[in-house]
Amino acid sequence: MKLVTGDRAIRFIATIFASVILALIVLIVYELLKGSVPSIHKFGLKFLVTSTWDPVSEHFGALPFVFGTIVSSVIALVIALPVSIGIAVFLSELAPRPVRPAVSLMVELLAAIPSIIYGLWGLFVMVPFLQMYVEPALGRYFGFLPLFSGAPIGVGMLAGGIILSIMIIPTIAAVSRDIFNTVPMLYKEAGFALGMTRWEVIEKIVFPHARSGLIGAVMLGFGRALGETMAVTMVIGNAPTIAASLFAPSYTIASVLANEFTEATTKLYLSSLIELALILFVISMLFNAVARLLVIRERTAK
Amino acid sequence: MAKKLVIEHLNAWFGAVQAIRDITIDIEENGVTAVIGPSGCGKTTFVRCLNRIHEVVDNAMVSGRVMLDGVDIYSKTSDPVLVRRRIGMVFQKPNPFPTMSIFENVAAGVKLNGVRRKDRIADTVERSLKSAALWEEVKDKLHKPATTLSGGQQQRLCIARTIAIEPEVVLMDEPASALDPISTARIEELIQQIKERYTIVIVTHNMQQAARVSDYTGFFLLGELIEFDRTSDIFTNPRDKRTEDYITGRFG
Amino acid sequence: MSSLSYLRRRAINGLMLVLSYGSALLGVAMLLLILLYTVGRGAAAINWDFFVRLPRPPGETGGGIANAIVGSFIVVGVASAMAIPVGIMAGIYLSEFGRGRFASVVRYFADVLNGIPSIVAGIVAYAIVVLPMHGFSAFSGGVALAILMLPIITRTSEELLKTVPGTIREAALALGIPQWKVTIFVVLRTALTGIITGVMLAVARVGGETAPLLFTAFNNSFLSLRLDQPISTMTVLIYNYASSPYRDWNEIAWGAAFVLIAIVLIVNVVSKLFTKTKYAL
Repeated sequence: MKLVTGDRAIRFIATIFASVILALIVLIVYELLKGSVPSIHKFGLKFLVTSTWDPVSEHFGALPFVFGTIVSSVIALVIALPVSIGIAVFLSELAPRPVRPAVSLMVELLAAIPSIIYGLWGLFVMVPFLQMYVEPALGRYFGFLPLFSGAPIGVGMLAGGIILSIMIIPTIAAVSRDIFNTVPMLYKEAGFALGMTRWEVIEKIVFPHARSGLIGAVMLGFGRALGETMAVTMVIGNAPTIAASLFAPSYTIASVLANEFTEATTKLYLSSLIELALILFVISMLFNAVARLLVIRERTAK
Repeated sequence: MAKKLVIEHLNAWFGAVQAIRDITIDIEENGVTAVIGPSGCGKTTFVRCLNRIHEVVDNAMVSGRVMLDGVDIYSKTSDPVLVRRRIGMVFQKPNPFPTMSIFENVAAGVKLNGVRRKDRIADTVERSLKSAALWEEVKDKLHKPATTLSGGQQQRLCIARTIAIEPEVVLMDEPASALDPISTARIEELIQQIKERYTIVIVTHNMQQAARVSDYTGFFLLGELIEFDRTSDIFTNPRDKRTEDYITGRFG
Repeated sequence: MSSLSYLRRRAINGLMLVLSYGSALLGVAMLLLILLYTVGRGAAAINWDFFVRLPRPPGETGGGIANAIVGSFIVVGVASAMAIPVGIMAGIYLSEFGRGRFASVVRYFADVLNGIPSIVAGIVAYAIVVLPMHGFSAFSGGVALAILMLPIITRTSEELLKTVPGTIREAALALGIPQWKVTIFVVLRTALTGIITGVMLAVARVGGETAPLLFTAFNNSFLSLRLDQPISTMTVLIYNYASSPYRDWNEIAWGAAFVLIAIVLIVNVVSKLFTKTKYAL
């Protein structure tokens, strides 16, 4: 087929620009690897299991940050998952039709609020509230558990987990809602015809049908929590410790990058920070990549 | 009368599925040729091969020859864009460009083919809308969105849009099937008015329509051309048993 | 199922449905709680000077965040200038030409790129712009935000272009219009309103980013219009002022938060009312 010059040109330009996306991924990986070389060279795999972080003597280990990142995200997920599924069920199965767009919009707006605002609100409103009411109460009744031991200082792992959970609820809820909406009415009607209650239809027909997509939605939310920076930085306490208590301050990879990147004066210090970024990038990429596969498969299979 | 289009051994596929087989047919200049047959018989695919629009669908393939004034539109040196300027098409459902005004819709073809002069474009738009018997209804709201028109008006707008580029052949793929009887009558009237200037090929599943508007009729069945003749002959004296069954309503 | 008594099943049903309604209520309540608090506390800090004056040292009253407002627009403008054309063209590629394996790879990685931690974009911009230019700059901040913006614009454009019906493309092709003109003057034009709102959403989203700007655009107490110099932005200003021990500065942070949230929410509500775009995640 003969192509007009303009056709070739637009195709060529569009292809080049589409390639920019792949080039960008390659560039990110290359820059992170290149920047990490001195640190990898110096510490090797020990970097991952060392818990010292001492810029003065230049001993760097990632463990407290990896711990803080994963634990805060897990807490976020534990809180966000039931609430998100509840919202998704409400939006796709329960809410009266006219109410749905309004509630959907509000949940989506929750996702649109910038991270820094969550941080500000977390620091000035949520943290004092946790310190004055929630943590003392938890300490009084469950203080015998290491999880709720120690002084209620407000900032810390619990605050980080809660603020993250609010931020990932809209992600998980919106994706789950879309997946629930793909469950054919026919199957649900079959359930009702068998005399199932509404909840039984949701539990025994909607959930199993949406399973892999739901796992994808959860991983997407988790991936988002892992990389979230500002809000966590403002409420988690920023101390590279590994403590059993949720009240203790902690530190995430993203937070240490935000706080120390401009202060890193030596080559090794900077390189250790970039290696932390590499670790964060790899972990969140893994979750994202798998999550997208699951969600895409679910959405296209139906 | 001269032969405007000479189609020889035309085959078309969607992937592995063959839609039409070995069609050989001549289309007379300034006549109306109707293509009839039950749904799925390949009549739409057939006309879509005549302006090389079939090939824009994924996996679509064509073989055979379609000679326009003696030159094969499928030859290596032929440019589908130039072919389509000479062979226009009106589709089954009215498909005006939704974000363009009435004026812009009719002007789109000439404008995007490089005509710049405002007065020439305005002339073309007025002439085409008059030819499509739509001018009186829209002349006061040319800059309103095309989507504000009724279905029948939209289809006449699409006809105006097609004849604005002054094609030699106009292909119509069931142009009235989505319209009410009054709009249908207007379209048929319109075909009668414009046929002296254009060669028209019209696909229809409505046999009365074919009988009313066309000079020649081809009957398609399962991707094959069963019979092709003067319309008056095919409806009064079909040679093939299957044609007779179809036009007398025994199947389809 | 039959082992459960009918009443018990009814009770579980009722409980679960209440929990589901409760979750929705909680979600809406969180939104209102954060919004109303920010608006209430932020509005108190806002007056005309707030928009047109530069920050004052702690202790002195008055002053504003004009430098940060201007800076945010400059940095986001730089990001938009890079990411919007590339993103729309990449979207055109995916929707109009993207049939093969390469296209699915691009599409997939655009999604993956959309999920990278925003601070990583900052580090990449630091490595490719700040280091070679020997200093923080508005331009490097723009690059960091462009990295975050590109995948969103690409996928939004693709999805919106795909909603243009095939019959519209065919109608244009049948007029003997060359493919490339069909793509730009008919298909792109038909999807344009949607794409513009999608772009606005992307702009609003990166405009609220802080982390990638901390070590790219950095900070500046003065009004700067230069791309090669550090620049103040609203988000970084909120971060710095919120973490400062001075109460005046904390209140300025709330004022800036109010301005930011107002812009972000207005853009979001307007575009969501106008289009049905799904690709916001």
